[in-house]
Amino acid sequence: MKMNLRLKIGLVILAIFVLGSFILPFFMEVDPSRQGSYPKNLPPSLEHPLGTNSLGQSIFWFLVIAVRNSLLLGVSVSCVTTLTAGITGLLAGYVGGWLDRVLTALMDTFIAMPAFPILIVLSVLVRGNTSFLMVGVILVFFGWPWSARTVRSMALSIREREFISMARFSGASTLQIVFQEVFPYVYALLVVAFIDAVLWVTTTEAALAVIGLSKVEIPTLGSIIFWALSYNALFIGQYMWVVAPVVATAILFLGIFLTSTGYNQMYATRRGHDV
Amino acid sequence: MIRLNNIVATYTTVRGQVDAVDGVDLTIPGGKIVGVAGESGCGKTTLLKVIYGDLIYPLALRQGSVEYELEGVVHTVDTRNGRQVATSIKDYWFKYISYIPQGSMSSLNPVVRIRHQFVDFLDPEHRTDDVIDGIREYVKSLDLPPEVVDAYPHQLSGGMRQRIMVAMATFFKPDIILADEPTTALDVVVQKGILQLLMEIQAQMKNTIIIVSHDMGVHYQIADKMLIMYAAKAVEFGDSEDVFKAALHPYTKMLIESLPTIGDDRMRRGIAGRPPSLWEDLRGCRFAPRCPLATELCLAQEPELIEHKPGHWVACHYAGKTHQ
Amino acid sequence: MGLLQYLTSRIGSYLVVLFIGLTLTFFLPRLLPSDPIENYIVQLEAQAGQSMSPEEVEAIRKTLQQIYGLEGNLSSQYVGYLEDVVLHLDFGPSLANFPTPVNELILKALPWTVGLMGMSIVISWALGNVVGLLAGFFHDHPVATALEVLGVILYPIPAYIVALVLIMLFAYVWPIFPLSTTIRPGPLTFKKIRVILYMSFLPALANTLTRLGWNILSMKAVSFSNKEEAYVTYARLKGTRPLKIMTGYVARNSILPQITRLSLSLGAIFSGTVLIEILFSYPGLGLLMRTAAGTCDYNLLYGTITITIVAVATAALAIDLLYPLFDPRIRLR
Repeated sequence: MKMNLRLKIGLVILAIFVLGSFILPFFMEVDPSRQGSYPKNLPPSLEHPLGTNSLGQSIFWFLVIAVRNSLLLGVSVSCVTTLTAGITGLLAGYVGGWLDRVLTALMDTFIAMPAFPILIVLSVLVRGNTSFLMVGVILVFFGWPWSARTVRSMALSIREREFISMARFSGASTLQIVFQEVFPYVYALLVVAFIDAVLWVTTTEAALAVIGLSKVEIPTLGSIIFWALSYNALFIGQYMWVVAPVVATAILFLGIFLTSTGYNQMYATRRGHDV
Repeated sequence: MIRLNNIVATYTTVRGQVDAVDGVDLTIPGGKIVGVAGESGCGKTTLLKVIYGDLIYPLALRQGSVEYELEGVVHTVDTRNGRQVATSIKDYWFKYISYIPQGSMSSLNPVVRIRHQFVDFLDPEHRTDDVIDGIREYVKSLDLPPEVVDAYPHQLSGGMRQRIMVAMATFFKPDIILADEPTTALDVVVQKGILQLLMEIQAQMKNTIIIVSHDMGVHYQIADKMLIMYAAKAVEFGDSEDVFKAALHPYTKMLIESLPTIGDDRMRRGIAGRPPSLWEDLRGCRFAPRCPLATELCLAQEPELIEHKPGHWVACHYAGKTHQ
Repeated sequence: MGLLQYLTSRIGSYLVVLFIGLTLTFFLPRLLPSDPIENYIVQLEAQAGQSMSPEEVEAIRKTLQQIYGLEGNLSSQYVGYLEDVVLHLDFGPSLANFPTPVNELILKALPWTVGLMGMSIVISWALGNVVGLLAGFFHDHPVATALEVLGVILYPIPAYIVALVLIMLFAYVWPIFPLSTTIRPGPLTFKKIRVILYMSFLPALANTLTRLGWNILSMKAVSFSNKEEAYVTYARLKGTRPLKIMTGYVARNSILPQITRLSLSLGAIFSGTVLIEILFSYPGLGLLMRTAAGTCDYNLLYGTITITIVAVATAALAIDLLYPLFDPRIRLR
């Protein structure tokens, strides 16, 4: 599989983050979210690679756990989202008729609504009873329409092609056709949709956390920033507490995006278009 | 008159370089309708591009030159030390020499009115209302209502759009008109209309029209002279009457025999096999593998294009023979 | 499809979105386990000790139910809700700022959000499209590649990161701009306008940068593929000047899907604006929402959400209705 430059860079970045956040924790000495493990507000040193914060936590280890949690949430929610998008898109595009109309109306409505404000309201309403799961469920609700639309238009165009008519005439059932003939084309789309979903979910959860409306006790890329801002890290000159997650987030998201568009480019050239 | 001096035109692709026109050398007389025929990939479209001077990457003129007279001035499209010297020809595009590309359906800008597309390549001072009125008058002679000039392309039918393309290419009364498959994808009635139109225009303006088509029927209706191409080479060239009645090259004969005629119920024969791949190292006559007259000589030595009869050129060792 | 068909289908979707949005907002709080009224009463009782009689509690409950619109059964509540919102745009009083009506608060905040969002959209869309067009048209040129890389780097960076970076750089490291927006009430003088512009600069910059990457990349992709279209080749063959080809042929056609995408992404743009407002303490709807979230001011929350849904859907509709002006294939048959 000949990979283009974007895909290579993206995968390298992702590899660093994924491996780092899942393997490094085995070397942790203390639970990073426990407060007061270390002296407060120490500058970066060999012992504390990114220093410590006002809560006496090691910024580096906290960041590692945060990345891990963000990725876990992102990937798990995206699995559900992509699955939903794939199924609804395929059904809507291939089956057509009233089912298509209903699903498309649903998709368009959810796309038209500004997700973040609604998430703000939802997060307030479920506060106290929130588990991380709740946050995830809410995110699924708004995440699926975008990819579903793309899958649907792909399914629509495939439906018209000859080999589908052939399959139909040979007596295969709708479900069979959908999964055996249409699916391979849609597969690449779904991979890209999955990666995009991971990006969106991680971003949105972090955004909610930054303004304090997610379950901020759990370390994520967003909640780090939330605590840093709550403790006026910038004001008291503790830049690293904010800079570290900001830089990490930027690089991680860049890596996810590069992987997504790199894969898309590679698959597009395989299909014969130039991108 | 158009003089083709040993033209070799090359495409650069990921697989390497391929000569789509490989040594075509002949003189096309002016004031006639010239038909260029041959299978897909024989190089006819490339030849047209070279004559027009549309030599942008990946197409390049590796060897040779094209000379023609426009408004009394001789222009040369050639290579000098490997660089193209075709830039001046662009100033003459559509004013003295024009081009009707394949696929008229999508060659018009969908969001701009037709009248703008007639003149947007001119300098602003030439885009006057007088000119637009002139266009409205002109399209009438092509059987188009003058309102089409103010319409958008999607509002016109395929046949109308093709007529607009012809109108655009002829409005400024160019000396040379190059048409690439002007009738493909049109229904037969519309086809006839377009061909008739081209003949009328040529009769009026007395210019040179070169028509490329894989459809021998088109050439039969309209061409004064015929050029047959095969695998990047010119294999026969002459008056179309001579070519159709008494073709000298076996390939031409087979092309003509594939045409149906009224009253003749015999089975049509296609030509077995396919043209050779231009990627391979080709020796001898390129048609030899498919030719019923082929001998050892044909496989070893490539025949040159020679004037077998006055005004009738052919590249074949056994020109005129019908069997061995 | 014909113009009439296009318009009716767009207006139809608009009404569907409004209906679903309003209904969703209505049902949201009612589907949840916690009852805000009971919570409030519990709070009251805790504060007042044991000194409240059952009748007093009941009276309070009734008043609260009235205020919250929770009297009667579900369907009468729904009708009442629709009446209030659609006909009178009445969301009731704000609970944290009792008795100020929610409308008042929203009306004060709305111009700020509209201004911030509008300005950012205009700049990022226009600038992004120009950069994208150049990047796509001059595809092989190194500068074009650099512009595309710019888009690639900007695009995945979320709004809050952009906001934080700008805050760090320009409010702390080089303290040119203030940390948060403080605008004193008073008449609109020139001085005040300058102050407003000064305060709005960083939030506007953040919002613009957030969207710029996407505009660049999508315009580049469309321009690049349009460049290969038959009508562009034909324009070249006619001897049309490259500048004219880029503007009259490629740009004129590439802008069409960009308009559609703009209309679809208004929801996302609004979300970003909300986040930026909160981080900069900019006095718009976003900050209002956050404050309402913090004080559990349900009326204010639902009011802002409803206005948001209506505003975004209406703006999208406006763009959709303008689209035929640009695409003659929809405008004329």
